[in-house]
Amino acid sequence: MHFVLEQVLTGLSIGSILLLVALGLSIIYGTIGVINLAHGEFIMLGAYAAWALKTYVGLSLLPGLVLIFLGVGLFGWLVERILLRRLYRRPLDTILATWGVGVVLQQVVRLTAGGDLRYVELPPSMASSVSIFGVEIAAYRIFIFVVAALLFLVSWSIMNRTTFGLKLRAVVQDRNVASCFGINADRIYSLTFAYGAGLAGLAGAIVSPLKSVSPEMGTGYVVDAFMVVVLGGVQSLFGTVISAFALGEVTGVIAFLQNDTIAKATVLILIISVIRFRPQGLFVAKVRA
Amino acid sequence: MKLTRRRFLQTSAGGGAFLAGAMPHIWSKNSDLVWAAGGEIKVGVLFSLTGTTAIIEESLNKATILAIEEINAAGGINGMKIVPVIEDPASDPATFAEKARKLVAGDKCVSVFGSYTSASRKAVLPVVEKQKNLYWYPTLYEGRECSKNVIYTGAVPNQQQDEFIPWLIKNFGKKFSMIGSNYIYPKEENNYCRKLLEKYGAEVVNEEYVPLGHSEFSSVINKFRQQQPNVIFSTVVGDSVVALHRQYKAAGLDPAKMPMASLTTSENEIAAMGGEAAAGHFTSAPYFEVHKSPENEKFVAAYKKRWGADKVTHFVSEACYFQTYMFKQAVGKIGKGDITPNTIREAVKGVEMIAPQGKVRLDGENLHTWLWPKIAQAKSNGQFEIIVQSKEWLKPDPYAAYPNQVCTEKGLVEKKV
Repeated sequence: MHFVLEQVLTGLSIGSILLLVALGLSIIYGTIGVINLAHGEFIMLGAYAAWALKTYVGLSLLPGLVLIFLGVGLFGWLVERILLRRLYRRPLDTILATWGVGVVLQQVVRLTAGGDLRYVELPPSMASSVSIFGVEIAAYRIFIFVVAALLFLVSWSIMNRTTFGLKLRAVVQDRNVASCFGINADRIYSLTFAYGAGLAGLAGAIVSPLKSVSPEMGTGYVVDAFMVVVLGGVQSLFGTVISAFALGEVTGVIAFLQNDTIAKATVLILIISVIRFRPQGLFVAKVRA
Repeated sequence: MKLTRRRFLQTSAGGGAFLAGAMPHIWSKNSDLVWAAGGEIKVGVLFSLTGTTAIIEESLNKATILAIEEINAAGGINGMKIVPVIEDPASDPATFAEKARKLVAGDKCVSVFGSYTSASRKAVLPVVEKQKNLYWYPTLYEGRECSKNVIYTGAVPNQQQDEFIPWLIKNFGKKFSMIGSNYIYPKEENNYCRKLLEKYGAEVVNEEYVPLGHSEFSSVINKFRQQQPNVIFSTVVGDSVVALHRQYKAAGLDPAKMPMASLTTSENEIAAMGGEAAAGHFTSAPYFEVHKSPENEKFVAAYKKRWGADKVTHFVSEACYFQTYMFKQAVGKIGKGDITPNTIREAVKGVEMIAPQGKVRLDGENLHTWLWPKIAQAKSNGQFEIIVQSKEWLKPDPYAAYPNQVCTEKGLVEKKV
C-alpha cells in the first residue's frame, strides 16, 4: 500500500510539472493554432526573471510570481503584435519564426546574464518534506501540484465561463463569422497569446528552484510540453491534464522499476503508438459543425 | 570562355603542379617543418567558448592563457615566446577534430592544450596520432587509454577512488548506491568502484544511469529513501547535477546520514547549484581552491586578478595551469632547432614541478600524472573544507580496473594474471 501511494504521489508530482509547462502551449496551440517553438524560451525567461528579481531587486520567488506572469505575458503580447500577426495565413512560417525568436532569446540571455548555470532559492517555508500517510514528499512539490491545479481551473474558467472565453471560442470556430458579429478577433488572439506566454513564464519561475537555470533549459521543456499536448488532443484543455498526469504516472513507475533512461524511451514509444492509431490525440473537443 | 571538362582538367592539373612546387612539404611529410620559427612557439588552445560545455571550458581556456601570459612575461622559454592559437570547437566532438587538424596541420602548432569531455578527446585522438602531435588533456577521466600522443594531467579512477572509497566505508557504512549520467565516464568509474567495494566487503544496492541533461529525480530519490544506502556514489554531470542536489535538498534528505560522494562536483558546480544545496556532500579530487600552499595562493590571486574576483579555480583549471608549466619545462630542455612534438614528449617524461596542489610528476611510462588525492566536504559558502590529504602522491594507473593490461612506454601490453 505504501509503495502504491508513493508511486501515485511521485507520478502526480511529475505530472503537475508537465501540466505546468504544457498549459500555456496547449492554450496557444489549441486556440490560435500557432506551433510556438519559442515556448521553451518563454519558460526560460520566467526562470531568469525569478533569478534576476532575487539577485538585483531582492524580491523572493513567491511575491515575484505576479510580476513574472505580467512581464513574460507582455513580452508574448509584443511577439504576437509585431511578428505572428503577419503570419497567421502561413502556418509553416510561424514555426520558423517562433523558432527564430527562441534562438534570439537564448543568445540574448547568454550575452546579458552570462552562460553560467544559475539557481533560484527555494522559499524557506517549503524547504522541508511533509508526510502524507507515511509517504515523505517535498513540500515544494505539493506546492507545484496545487499551483498547477489552480492555473488549470483558472484557465478552464476563462475559456468556458467568461465573455472573453465565449468570444475566443467563437473566433476559433469561425473567425470571419465572429468578426461579423462585432468581435475584435485580433485583440482576442493577442490577449490569448499573451496569456499563454505568461503561463509559460510562470511555469519557468515555479520549476526553477528544483532544476538548473541556463539559457538552453527551454529545449527540454518544449519537447515535454509538445508530447503532453499532442497526446492529450490539441484542442482539449481537459485532455492536456489527463495526458500530463498519465505521462507522469507512467514515467514515475517505469523509472522506479527500471530507470529514467528506459522510462524516457518507453514514454516516447507509447506516445508514438497512440498517435499512430489516434492521430487526433486521446481527447477531442466536441465542436458543432 | 566556356568551361569544358577537358579545359577544367588541364587547368586544375597545372594548378596542382604549381602548388606542389610552391609547397613541397605537403608532399614530403614533416621534412622541413619549422616548429619554432622566428623565436615563437605556437601552441593550440582548444576549449569550447560556445555550446553546452562552454560554461566550464571557458575557465580552462582562461587558466591556460593565464599560464602562457605568465611564462611570456617572465621571459618565455629560452628567450622564445609562446604564441597561443585559440580555436572554439563549440562543444561538438566533430568540430573538435576539425579544429585540431587545423591547429596541427595548418597552424603548425607544436602541441595542443584542450578538451574537457571524453567524447571530444576521443574525437581528437586519431588526429593527433596520425599527425604525430601532442595533445595535453587536463580533465579527470575514466582511464583505459594509452596513447603516445596525449599527455594526461587529470586524475584517473585509482587516484580519485583508492583512498576515497575505504574512507567512505569507514565513516558511513557498507551500503552504496550508484547514480550516474548515461555515458562512458560514469560506467568506467562505477566499474572500478565495484572492484574496490568488493575488496572491502561492501555492497551495491542499486546502480543506475539517467540520460544526459536529465532533470527529474523524483524516482531516484524515492529509491534512496526506500533502500537507505549509507553512501550515494554520484557521477552525474552537467546541469543534471544541479537538479539532483536541489531536489535532494527539497526532499529533506540528510547529507549527514546519506551523503553524496562525487568525483566531479567542483567549486564550479557548487556555484551553479548554490552552497546550501551542496553543503555536507563529499568530493574526491587532487585540488580544491581552499588548499593551503604558497603556489596555490599565488595561482588563485593571479587568476582572480586576471579574470575577475568572482571567478573560482577548480581541479580542472588547476591542471590546465600546471600542464602549461610542464610544457615550458620540457621545451626548455630542448635545443632551439630540435623542438618537435616528439622531442617534447621525450623531454616531458619524468618532469617534476610544484603545482598548486603539491609536487606533481609526469609518469615516463604512461604519460599520466602523479597527483595528490584529497577528500573534501562542501560548505554552504560555496567552498570546500579539505578533510583528508593523502600522505603521498599517487601513481596514475589508467588500467587499474583491468589487471591483465598495462600501459607502458611502448604502448598497451597484455599480461597474464
